[in-house]
Amino acid sequence: MTGAGYERLSRDRMAARVARDIPEGAYVNLGIGLPTMVANHLPKDREVFLHSENGLLGMGPAPKAGDEDYDLINAGKQPVTLLPGGAFFHHADSFAMMRGGHLDICVLGAFQVSATGDLANWHTGAADAIPAVGGAMDLAIGAKRTFVMMEHTTKTGESKIVERCTYPLTGIGCVSRIYTDLAVIDVTPHGLRVVETVEGLEHAELERITGLPLLPAA
Amino acid sequence: MIDKTFPSVDAALEGVHDGSTVMIGGFGGAGQPNELIDALIAQGAKDLVVVNNNAGNGETGLAALLKAGRVRKIICSFPRQVDSQVFDGLYRSGRLELELVPQGNLAERIRAAGAGIGGFFTPTGYGTALAEGKETREIGGRMYVLESPIHADVALIKAERGDRWGNLVYRKTARNFGPVMAMAAKLTIASVHEIVPLGELDPEHIVTPGIFVHRVVRVARSATGPAGFRAAA
Repeated sequence: MTGAGYERLSRDRMAARVARDIPEGAYVNLGIGLPTMVANHLPKDREVFLHSENGLLGMGPAPKAGDEDYDLINAGKQPVTLLPGGAFFHHADSFAMMRGGHLDICVLGAFQVSATGDLANWHTGAADAIPAVGGAMDLAIGAKRTFVMMEHTTKTGESKIVERCTYPLTGIGCVSRIYTDLAVIDVTPHGLRVVETVEGLEHAELERITGLPLLPAA
Repeated sequence: MIDKTFPSVDAALEGVHDGSTVMIGGFGGAGQPNELIDALIAQGAKDLVVVNNNAGNGETGLAALLKAGRVRKIICSFPRQVDSQVFDGLYRSGRLELELVPQGNLAERIRAAGAGIGGFFTPTGYGTALAEGKETREIGGRMYVLESPIHADVALIKAERGDRWGNLVYRKTARNFGPVMAMAAKLTIASVHEIVPLGELDPEHIVTPGIFVHRVVRVARSATGPAGFRAAA
């Protein structure tokens, strides 16, 4: 408890919350890091096709210790498994699946998301940082719906949902829904609309933390 | 009789010139043709432009080529990794030029070169720093960026099995950039773990038809090791 009458979601509970919104039959790419945890919360009886940008569909869980095959890895270069019915393909086909709008949902981490759905998640912009983009820009704009999953605020308490991104952009207007440890928020043509908040968190308090006007939950 | 097989990696690497653009397959360690890279180091070509998804892991393979000072420029999508210390040092000291390309644009630019496409409009990267200075166009209400093909003099790729006509099949996610790089280079050199008689590869399963492959060389099988691993959250 924070003493403020509400409790922030753990990373596991955030992952479980995102998993609730992934329906049977969806083609889904889970980004590196926090989004990877969503896979652990998909119910076993729900068939979801997990895509990994390095060239597989039907990705299964991590292999048992000792069974690792480093020719069978995910985008984070961790060993994974392939489910029966899974397929391998080359990189141009893999990114055609994204860019071509064939994936239903992509879940990404973020440094910042703007009020209009701009995403910043590839580079802090620090002068001495070595840039690395990977598939972030392709993923951001490719799927039918792009979900962002992140802590609502930075370690120093600033909102990661911002009027305009100050970090270098990954994509413009590409985010459809934001899952944080405080709320689920849709990016709509009318502005950011709260879908739900953690128990005990008042709308006004969420707006204060976010520092932006938010449309109330319907 | 057509026979694209070569007796050794050294023989297969003959004729790679200084200043060449060299595509190297692989995503981290998977599909990285380490034996061909070692042979390229031994062969001695320098002032190279290398195209790869990453920029080397640890001290072997592509990292060793960089460390040997043979590479002038690298075109890649994800250079910074936990074990990219060789690249990091060269880049920070200004001894290696970097062209950073979103991964899907990298794959498609390579594919475009192989497919004879002079350029293409992609939504990826629009409005970002990686599209700065590039031509943009609105098509059907959406904004796109003009990207150009990446051609290569040489492609070094790793496949699983091949035959004397150069037909190839791959292994799991080690396929990654192999098929598109094979199409985009004037000289494509493939290492395989097994050379089989013509007709043994199921024609319905051949991934890279031999027209894209010029040299095939067998290398001993060794387990692919972990590379570029980033711990999950």
